[in-house]
Amino acid sequence: MSTASLAAHQAKYDLLVYFRDPRARGFTLALPVLLLLLFGYIFKHDTFSYSGRLTISGDSYYLPRMIALGLVGTTLSNLVIVLVSKRETGALKRRRATPIRAQVLIAGDVITSEVSAIVIAVVLVAIGWLAYGVHLSAAGIGALAVIVVVATAAFCGLAYGVSTLINSVDSAAPLVTLIFFALNAISGIYVPESLFPAWLRDAAQVLPVRPLASAMQAAVAPVTNGGHAFNWPDLLIVLAWGAAGTLFALRRFSWSPSR
Amino acid sequence: MTTAEPIAGSPAVLSGSATAAPAISVQGLRMSYGNYEAVRGIDLEVARGEILAFLGPNGAGKTTTTEILEGFRMRTAGDVQVLGTDPAKGGSGWRARIGVVLQTCAPERMLSVRECLTMYAGYYPKPLGVQRALELTGLTEKAGTRCDQLSGGQQRRLDVALALIGDPELIFLDEPTTGFDPTARRQAWDVISGLRDLGKTVFLTTHFMDEAEALADRIMILAAGKIVASGTPQTIGGRSAGATVISFSLPEGVAHGDVPSLPGQLEAPAVTAHAAHGRVEIEVSEPVPALHALSGWATERRLALPDITVNRPSLEDIYLKLTASSH
Repeated sequence: MSTASLAAHQAKYDLLVYFRDPRARGFTLALPVLLLLLFGYIFKHDTFSYSGRLTISGDSYYLPRMIALGLVGTTLSNLVIVLVSKRETGALKRRRATPIRAQVLIAGDVITSEVSAIVIAVVLVAIGWLAYGVHLSAAGIGALAVIVVVATAAFCGLAYGVSTLINSVDSAAPLVTLIFFALNAISGIYVPESLFPAWLRDAAQVLPVRPLASAMQAAVAPVTNGGHAFNWPDLLIVLAWGAAGTLFALRRFSWSPSR
Repeated sequence: MTTAEPIAGSPAVLSGSATAAPAISVQGLRMSYGNYEAVRGIDLEVARGEILAFLGPNGAGKTTTTEILEGFRMRTAGDVQVLGTDPAKGGSGWRARIGVVLQTCAPERMLSVRECLTMYAGYYPKPLGVQRALELTGLTEKAGTRCDQLSGGQQRRLDVALALIGDPELIFLDEPTTGFDPTARRQAWDVISGLRDLGKTVFLTTHFMDEAEALADRIMILAAGKIVASGTPQTIGGRSAGATVISFSLPEGVAHGDVPSLPGQLEAPAVTAHAAHGRVEIEVSEPVPALHALSGWATERRLALPDITVNRPSLEDIYLKLTASSH
């Protein structure tokens, strides 16, 4: 039984659980789609100034940010709650009693998050393309694919880290929802950044979500990145957060309920 | 997959032989949390194919000991061998040979019973068939039901099925029937005693005396971190040598002082309030001469004693006496 076949076995069940979960379907999958349809329609004929120098259409602004919303929701929202719940209910401890190794369980979580993020990205790009005329170049699609896969893995690491900070299932959902909403809000996911003061944009740039949104923005509208579809500096910031979260988790992670 | 190797100084593991090494062997086990000693030197042995019940009040060190044996906790001192391996060093190969039913474990959400069992079966090199695990735990009809929609008793049986799916040699059961109604308990007991028929060894932790009495080949009682008694349900704590208690309701018109002294009586008869009449309890060393004298007295006075009972001390009495004295 190789690790790869075990990971595939585990992922199959994690995916079943994920796509059957009403919270995952409603909050993580449906929300970005609904918001893109909503914001895309509202701001269809608007443009926003971007970094003070140029303007982009409202749809070009929101498409990458809704993909980011879905990715962050799958990881920092859904995965954190699932991890806390599995730990506090004893499910992780029961898995530890079996021969299964941690790497396989982690791989199951990462694969599930990747599938979810990719599905969201594909659906949203299709909506942007068909409904709002936002066309990506080939380079843009390639860059977006790389960013989605790499950033999802990084955010999974971050999710593992965050899960070690929450000790009860009851507090997990409200805490996570609060962090999720606040983080997204200051990163310009909901309200256009052109309305924010510069210090807020700078502060958000240190956190993981704004760089993610910028990187995806570059793939959708390379003009915002000097013509380059692949914004690797911002992706590096995301990766750094992922690494930090992973290291944090390695030190603090426990299989057993905190009691 | 690593296999167990004979350890120097212990009997060689002979597969299938009646003189195989014990399933669990513990010597001088100690566990300290800072200054607090939860386990203060425990020796125990569990033979292959037997059911051992591990009893003790909360705080006695039961859960700590069990978790050390299951490899969830690192002990402070002592030698522990479970299926020939030190649990602190047990790898996947060792884990494939044991099954664990935790004290509480919430059901896996969103999966059906069958899906959950299939998922766990995939973790093991030589799992039991899912159908077989369903049959053994009486869950065949519930195979398609979602785990979180099972009743409490069914969820517990699923916990046992998940511990069995790897076809382990040794199973740890931590308070398997807590919260069960009597029917569900009987069904669970059938499952557990069935495990012995399958040749499996069972390490059972429980609060319930009747459960220990019904299921265990041997019992060990733990109090304040030490083993205070060990033996079969019939002989533990000197139970078979203990006093017999004769008990009956005081008949109408008979005063407490009218009850005669019986041969072999150990103390003055105790009278406890019981409905309309007092209930008399007399401890005697030998039941037969005492009953002979008592029935003679009753016959002479034309008294019926319709609810007379003759009991050995219950396992609960033994347990309470042993665990009270260690506080």
